[in-house]
Amino acid sequence: MSKEKLLEINNLKQHFKAGRKGVIKAVDGLNFDIYKGETFGLVGESGCGKSTTGRTIIRLYDATDGEVLFNGEDVHSVKDKKELKRFNREMQMIFQDPYASLNPRMKVEDIIAEGLDVHGLASNDQERKDIVVNLLETVGLNEDHANRYPHEFSGGQRQRLGIARALAVDPSFIIADEPISALDVSIQAQVVNLLKKLQNEKGLTYLFIAHDLSMVKYISDRIGVMYFGKMVELADADDLYENPMHPYTKSLLSAIPLPDPDYERSRRRFNYDPSDHDQSEEPEFREVRPDHWVLCTTKEMEKYQQDHPGK
Amino acid sequence: MDNLLEVNNLHVSFDTYGGEVKAVRGVDFSVKKGETLAIVGESGSGKSVTTKALMGLIPSPPGRIKEGEILFEGKDLTKMKDKELSKIRGKDIAMIFQDPMTSLNPTMKVGNQIMEGLIKHQKKSRSDAKKRALELLELVGIANAEERLKQYPHQFSGGMRQRVVIAIALACNPKLLLADEPTTALDVTIQAQILEVMKDIQKEMESGIVFITHDLGVVANVADRVAVMYAGKIVEIGKVDDIFYNPKHPYTWGLLGSMPSLDSNDDELYAIPGSPPDLMHPPKGDAFAPRSDFAMKIDFEQEPPMFKVSDDHYAATWLLHENAPAVQPPKSVQTRMKGTTQESAGGDGV
Repeated sequence: MSKEKLLEINNLKQHFKAGRKGVIKAVDGLNFDIYKGETFGLVGESGCGKSTTGRTIIRLYDATDGEVLFNGEDVHSVKDKKELKRFNREMQMIFQDPYASLNPRMKVEDIIAEGLDVHGLASNDQERKDIVVNLLETVGLNEDHANRYPHEFSGGQRQRLGIARALAVDPSFIIADEPISALDVSIQAQVVNLLKKLQNEKGLTYLFIAHDLSMVKYISDRIGVMYFGKMVELADADDLYENPMHPYTKSLLSAIPLPDPDYERSRRRFNYDPSDHDQSEEPEFREVRPDHWVLCTTKEMEKYQQDHPGK
Repeated sequence: MDNLLEVNNLHVSFDTYGGEVKAVRGVDFSVKKGETLAIVGESGSGKSVTTKALMGLIPSPPGRIKEGEILFEGKDLTKMKDKELSKIRGKDIAMIFQDPMTSLNPTMKVGNQIMEGLIKHQKKSRSDAKKRALELLELVGIANAEERLKQYPHQFSGGMRQRVVIAIALACNPKLLLADEPTTALDVTIQAQILEVMKDIQKEMESGIVFITHDLGVVANVADRVAVMYAGKIVEIGKVDDIFYNPKHPYTWGLLGSMPSLDSNDDELYAIPGSPPDLMHPPKGDAFAPRSDFAMKIDFEQEPPMFKVSDDHYAATWLLHENAPAVQPPKSVQTRMKGTTQESAGGDGV
């Protein structure tokens, strides 16, 4: 995989006002890159800011501070409508809830073609229809489905529609915000296989947001772990699972139930206590060893390096 | 040991404009004291309807229990009048609902909601009930119980609300606890805590638990025995180790194979093709046959009986018939079967 950066996120902050004086720091100073053609998994518990991160990157929210560089250009400084449209073509989103993210009053054809219409990608009705049918087939549905309404589809099929809609404008980067958590186990595997297949065929880059850690590990090349608006650890998927360093990552990994009764009987849970950290200085995001980043102080970094000698 | 709960040949149907939806089509199982039975299956497989039927919570009309009996300590719940049933419900049999966001009353203080059952069923005075409510909140791990009792549900987070729901269910020391996806809406760390709380309480009170979930990881964690449901029927039932290490039904293989394991890096997950059948018109023969890679001709014609694999392991698939060809489960499932020897296909027909 190339290490060409597709997306650079620098000191991204997203703060929400809560009440008259309160501020919720949903995303608080994120720094990470996403390489071309990779799947970057973002995990964390509800409320840790992972969805907000995805939504801020694609400019559903205006960032409080920081920048998002897409192919070297800052997404958040674009004011010109035309320029913005260009970004929107490159970046698309698949939403979590396939029941709420499709307009119930629109036919499937119009839902999928909405992006085509906005960007003027189809010159006539026949072309529009052809593109829609083509997309439906790509995601494993067929021509007959184009004239139906969303309520006529099952959850898994709806999520396929969401994927077809995202693909319509031929993006290079897709943010998938918990795309499978609303689906049944057997259907989850279908959708994940579809996402992987599309990535191979079209060279897509994914930001995959999820809380199902075993699925994230399966689909991701690199994984970032978020905790209270901050990234606490970032590493290659295998490395993160084999050598978790930050105590929060450890606690998260130790809490995943695995479909293996023997393992479950001997499971030891690891509890995270934020007060156990070294309090002598503000923790920073440091590269403890090549490509493995942890939020830690200098003292902690030395300890992590001792515990996990280089590859 | 005697069975606490015995369900025999349960059929539940819903009458709709389109016709009769056969949601549960002949289910048998039993639960012993202190035992956890997990029921797994996809949405629409009838697992929630089964538990609702146990509690007498099927809205009628349109729903009705067509056939079968539900024996709780030997008494048939399906024949009971509403009044008798409401004496058992919440006292001997309690339920933990799936969604903590909607199963609490938003206009009632949490304390009152916990005390309600105690006052009604155990005829406790308000002050005694309050004492018990305090104990319960501590039991499920809610700090500051005294303060928390006076708060409303919206002041609790999702995990905390689910703990309150569990506290309510446990209030009267139920003999049988029905938990319908109690942790599905929660984060993994909270889920792990809640499961631990439930197990501790079970040990202490010796209650039987029916645990409904579609997460096989959770099943491996909590269950003593597992029943796999598909299209309104139990297709395989057995001890937890039987189901995970020696599964026999192709649907069970599909479920296990579609979950990535943390130490495997296969290129593709084993996905079950298609989607579950329409229960308005249940397919002839084995309901899973149209989605199964292992379906034989007979699967489309005749329904398989429960074949015995071992004393407490049964599966409804023709693959276990003595004349069936020996087949190997998909690779991703075989890797899970570590060590356990593969018995030859074929068992005693029942």
